[in-house]
Parts: sequence; structure tokens; C-alpha cells
Amino acid sequence: MSLLEIEKLSLDIAGMPILKGMDLAIDAGEVMGLVGESGSGKSMTALTVMQLLPNASRTRGRVTFDGIDILSAPEAAMCRLRGDDIGMVFQEPMTALNPVKTIGEQVAEGIRWHTGANRPDAEARARAILDRVGLPEARFPLSRYPHELSGGQRQRVIIAIACALKPKLLIADEPTTALDVVLQKQILELLRDLVDENRMGLLLISHDLAVVADMADRVTIMRHGEVMEAGETAKILTQQKHPYTRQLAEASVHVPVRNAPSRSGSAGVAGRGGAHEDPSFPPPPGPAGHPPHKGEGKSAPLLVVEGVTRDYAGRRKSLFSKAEPFRAVDNVSFSLDAGQSMALVGRSGCGKSTLARMILALDRPTSGEIRLLGQTVADKSEAELRPSRREMQVVFQDPYGSFDPRHKVERLIAEPLHLLEKKPARTERREMVAEALHEVGLAPSDMDKYPHEFSGGQRQRISIARAIITRPKLIVADEPVSALDVSIRAQVLDLFADLNQRLGVAYLFITHDLTVARAITDQVMVMHEGKIVEEGRTSEVLDNPQTEAARALVAAAPDLERAIARRLGETA
Amino acid sequence: MTMPASSQPDDFRHFLHQALRSGSFMTGLIITLLIAAMAALSFIWTPYDVTNLVVANRMQGLSAAHPFGTDHLGRDILSMIMVGSRNSIAVAIVAVGIGMGIGVPLGCWAAARGGWLDEVLMRFNDVVFAFPALLSAIMITAIFGPGAVNAIIAIGIFNVPVFARVARAGALALWPREFILAARAAGKGKALITIEHILPNIASILLVQGTIQFALGILAEAGLSYLGLGAQPPMPSWGRMLFDAQTRMMIAPNQAIFPGLAIVITVLGLNLLGDGLRDILDPRLRRER
Repeated sequence: MSLLEIEKLSLDIAGMPILKGMDLAIDAGEVMGLVGESGSGKSMTALTVMQLLPNASRTRGRVTFDGIDILSAPEAAMCRLRGDDIGMVFQEPMTALNPVKTIGEQVAEGIRWHTGANRPDAEARARAILDRVGLPEARFPLSRYPHELSGGQRQRVIIAIACALKPKLLIADEPTTALDVVLQKQILELLRDLVDENRMGLLLISHDLAVVADMADRVTIMRHGEVMEAGETAKILTQQKHPYTRQLAEASVHVPVRNAPSRSGSAGVAGRGGAHEDPSFPPPPGPAGHPPHKGEGKSAPLLVVEGVTRDYAGRRKSLFSKAEPFRAVDNVSFSLDAGQSMALVGRSGCGKSTLARMILALDRPTSGEIRLLGQTVADKSEAELRPSRREMQVVFQDPYGSFDPRHKVERLIAEPLHLLEKKPARTERREMVAEALHEVGLAPSDMDKYPHEFSGGQRQRISIARAIITRPKLIVADEPVSALDVSIRAQVLDLFADLNQRLGVAYLFITHDLTVARAITDQVMVMHEGKIVEEGRTSEVLDNPQTEAARALVAAAPDLERAIARRLGETA
Repeated sequence: MTMPASSQPDDFRHFLHQALRSGSFMTGLIITLLIAAMAALSFIWTPYDVTNLVVANRMQGLSAAHPFGTDHLGRDILSMIMVGSRNSIAVAIVAVGIGMGIGVPLGCWAAARGGWLDEVLMRFNDVVFAFPALLSAIMITAIFGPGAVNAIIAIGIFNVPVFARVARAGALALWPREFILAARAAGKGKALITIEHILPNIASILLVQGTIQFALGILAEAGLSYLGLGAQPPMPSWGRMLFDAQTRMMIAPNQAIFPGLAIVITVLGLNLLGDGLRDILDPRLRRER
């Protein structure tokens, strides 16, 4: 008999069907991947097993864990199971810990509660498990508070809490989604080791097929609360029998079709010869994909960043000592040609977003210069900046936070029109908004709706519509697709590629996801601790990274094809 | 440009739905409306003229002719409570108006500019906060003379830092949001962003604070008139009625009980209203769509 068996589980919440006849089984020592897009019922499955569902839920079917019928178990029995035999790791390391308790207390709490151990014993065990998850006491004493740790370290604490009592089953709900690829790899390796050590069952919930392919022995693919396909990972992902599995797999390795101006690899070389073959490319930009050398011939680069540094005031150690400034961006220089698509990749906290803000003139460099179309951007008043602002717009990561919830789409998209010298009249404005909506694949009638009426992918389209309405020459996109499901992500990437083609807009694409960088950009810059450590053509840098930082990123990036190939190699 | 809050029918329906289910909100609303209706009625009709002293009728108990009795000068207590509510409400409204009118722009300004300006404004706020409000109000009315207008100014000044704090806190939480960054990338200045994005998004917390300050304003006015620093006779006010009645508490408790009840019920109603509003409008309690 399996460790966890879910049979024909159905779940309604306030009359809404969430799960429909779901089946799943996990054996001890097995990693089960549960894959699906947002809203497919992955997390609700986990919460059902934990019996942590919201109040208005009704369940039918059978869930047995280690011989216990979970659905009919009284709350007291569940309290004994949770945190003892079943552990859970949540997605958001920033909010899953209690900010006013030390990490030692939080780990020891569960140990004391379940085993009745006294404080010193519980603390000794907490010390041991924290050491096991990579937080040795010498550097991370039990008296640390969550805010003193980074995201990856907090996720380790959460894993320590979940695994402190050697649970038989660990449920990890998107445990690495909020982390960058390097941390993701470390956390996944830790989970894998813990599974092997304790013969623990692991239910790994993820929307990322590559992560699951790498980790899971078997996968269950869910959609709209139903199991689409289940079985051995390698078999499912190589055969891709079910159309939905194929769709997911294709979306996660999706590369938008792009031609001439943006496929700079070859175009860059051709461009140098002066022959530009794409007629659809509007007003003669510099040769696309031109390597970032000093302006050659007639066209100056669109954006030039020269020796930009940004210091933030650090924390003062004492009242009298001067604060040590923290250098977020350190002497960065590069240039970007019109129509070019450049990726800026790096781990979280490396200064990518700070650099982007300075380019957008939302923050001022401590030193150095940023020029857009020959006009300097820093140290200008808002009024003087207007011509430059017209030429550059921004798309943010969070499709939920990017809009004023109290404005209609028309007003949201029309916001940058404020930059025009002559404000368009109302009807003209509506026309421009309709046009922008059309460009991004939405209906003009959508302009009278509020942002909450749209899905995440649609909101990101609205965000792009807002960015292109002034016909800028540069769009800075800060992780524009990392909050989206794979299939939506593929569509939005297509849209970016298409707009690059049709409108000739250049991109600075900030991402930690190398698949995205590879799919959509010509050039890539790798940033590490505020410095640009490597740059060049995307394919060259990513296939053959030269620096330590770039190598770490490439090695850690989950890759679906590689993971499947490795799995096949193992079984063969 | 229309006020976005009112042009959002979906939100409004949600608000109504929540409001009708919230017991404290509805109770508070009904009490507040009744008090307001009483004040409005007093303009056109009161059982007796409150400026007409009929000494022959003094110190009467409860009767059909005088449901709440009469005071030591023969005035009808019910009529005085009705007329007194005008004074309480007017003082509280104007005081909240002064607090919002000065405090909200100051708070938004401090949040938008940041740096030393924020520091200076907020430390000044702390200084005003540090004075006991009622004592300072006494000081102000003592210097400029007692009267309804000076009471209003005194209470209003102490509302300023409250609203400045609330507005600043709300605005500070909004400034780093991505939609504000997008507005800045669209070249909008801080003043324009404050008007277009910040104010509509902090309107609900200001409204809640407004009802609470309104209740506090009524209490403060009653306190000042009790000390003889508020509205001057012959204009009746609740606080003054309490003062007049206190020496006769033993022989004519009705003279103190009814104005006291009026104050308690009004403040209770407003507090319930504020509590209910906060429950309904608090984004943390609202389901995110």
C-alpha cells in the first residue's frame, strides 16, 4: 500500500467545483511531481491532504495517509499528523515565517509540541536540523530573526521546520518559485537529499515542467481540477501522449519566431556590411544587433550607459561612525542599438532592477551618465525629461500591482499620453487606446473594463499596450513573464517578439530565467554583485559562459530537454 | 475627470452588499442619521423656544408636556438637546474639515517629497501630538476668548496631525507600488500622481478616520462647553447643560442624564459607523479578485 493514496477526490468550495475525481498515490521515498497552471487545483490538493481547507469546503472521495483516513479524521488527529508525519513547505519564504520569533524558536516549536521534548533537547534537535539544511550554527545561530536572512536562507528554515521530525511525507508547494535559479537548484538538491536520507515521500507542486522533470520519479498533470495524465516522468514527458501534456511541454521550451532585425547573430554581421534586408523595419535604425562598440558610421546607439554607479546609504554601525554605503550598481557601461533586444540576467539582488530604474530616470545614479538618443537622462527636471520619457517605457513583473485598481483600462493605457506635447482630444485618445489594445491582441471594447476583470496574461498585455502607446524606441521590461504560467508566458513572449518586429522597438529584458533570455534576445549581459561580468551574443554566452557567475546561472537553469535526457539515461 | 470611486459600479455594489450585512455599520448609520435628522428638525420645529425662560416652569420632572423635564430656568430639556445637537455637529464637522483640509495635503506632501521635509513635518506633528489636546484647546480659548468659533479652531488644530499621519502612512505604502512607478515613467509629476492615484486609493482610510475624529470632536466640544469655553449662552450645548445640571444631580437627575445620554449615543453611533466602515473597506479583509 502506498504512503498517500488519493482516490476519486472531489472538492467544492462554496459551491464552486475545485477538484473533480482526482487520483494520486505516493510511495515512501518517492518524488511525485504535481504539475498544472494556476487555478488547476494543485495547491488545493495539498491543502486537502493537510486538512487546511477554507471553511466552506466540501470533500468527497477517499484520502488515506499511512492507513489513516484523512477526510474523516478529527482535528486533534490531524494536529498530531501535521508537522510530524506530514510536513509542508510553502512558496513564499518572505511570509511563511513569523517575523517576531527567532528561527530557533520556530524550528523548536514543532519539535516540542509533537514530542514533548524540553527546551534544551528541542533546541539541540533544531540546531541539528538547521545544520543539515545548510545553516550551520556558527554562522546562523538559533537567535537569528527571519528578516536577517535572505530568501534562500529563509526557505531553508522553512524546510528545516517541515523536516525536523523526519516526516513520512513532505508537501512542497512551489518551493522555489520565488527564488532565483541558483538558489532554486540548491533548494531542490536539498529536498532531494532529504528524500533519499529519510525515505520520505515528496509531493512537489510546480508549474515548471523542467523542475519537475529534474526532480520527480512520477508526475501527475492537472488541469481544471482533473488529472489529465499521470505516470513515470520520463515516459510521460517523452511520449507526450495527452495533448495537454504536449501543450505544456511545448510552451515551456517555446521560442518565438523572429526574423531578420532581431536575430542579430547573423544580422549583426550582415548589418556591419550595411545591407539591411528587412523592409518592415521602420525608420532606419542602427544596424540591428550591432555589437556594442562605439557608433560606427551614421547611426549612434539608442541608449548609452557610461560608468554608472549607484550607492545606497548603509546602516550605521554606531552613532558616530559614518555609514558604509552599499554599492548596488558598480561602474556599468554598455550601449544598446535601436531595434535591438538585450537581456540583462543575474541573480536576485544583483542590481538589475536598480540599473533599470536609473535608465528609466526613476532613480538617479550616484555617478556616471545615461544617454538616450544622445540626450542625458540623469539630473534633469521632469519637464526636461519629457522628450526622453516618450521614447522609453516600462513593463513590470507583477501583473496585479502594475495598475491603479480604481482606473479603467482606457485611462490606464492612456497614461503615457501625458508625455505628448499636444494632448489628444477624447475621441482621438480612445482611438489611440483602441489601436494599442489591438496591437497587443485585446479587443477595443476592453477599454471600459477595470483591471481586476482580466487574467494575469491579459493584464500583462494591457501593461504592454500602455508601454507602446507613445511609440517608444525602448521598452525596459523587468521580469515581464516570470509571474505567468508557461502557456501564457509563451504567448506574451510571442507578443514581445512580434512588436519588436513590427514597431522596431528595442528591449532591455531583465530576467533571471535563461530560457526567456534565449527565446527573445540577441545580446545578453550577465550581472553579478552590481557589475556586468560578461556580455555578448545570447547564444554564445549561454552556450559557452566564461565567468563564474555566468556559469553558475547556466548550470542552475532548469532545462526540460536535458532533464528528460538524463532521466532516460538513468533508466536505460 | 470623474471621481473613480463613484464610477465603479462593481465596487459600489460590493460595498452595499457588505454594508447591509454589517451589523455595526447599519446600527451606527441609523443612529447617526437619527441624530442628524434631529438637528435638522430643530431648525424648523422644537417643542418649546429654548431662549424663552419661563421661570414658573422651572425644575419640572418628566411629564407629557416636557418629556425630559425642564431646567432651573424653566427651559424644555428635549428642545435644548435638539438645538444643542446642531452645535455639536457643526463644531465636529468643521473641526474634521480643518483637520482633513490641512492634514491630508501635509501628509501627502511629506510622503511625496520625503527627505528632510518629511522629517520636519512629521517632527512638528509629534510636537502637536505631544500637547494634551484638551488642555491646549483650553489654552487657545483662554487666549482668544471662549466661543464656538474658537472651540472649532482649537479642536481642528488637533485633528491636523492625525490626518497627516494617516495620509502619509497610506501614501508611503503606495509610492513604491509598480503602478505609481508606471505613472512616473509616464512623466507625471508628484502632485499629479498624488491627485490621480494616491488620493483615490487612500480615500477609504481617510473616511474611516474621519468618522472616528468626528466622534472625538463631539466629545471635545462637550468638554470645552462644560468648562464654559465652547458655545456661549443662550445658545444651548450638551456640555454646558451637563455643567448646569451637576450641582442639582441629587434633586433633578434628569437634567444631567438626558444630555449625557445624547453625547453617549451620538459618539457610540459614530464609533460603530467608523468600525463598520473599516471592516467593509479594509483591503486586508476584502477578498482579492
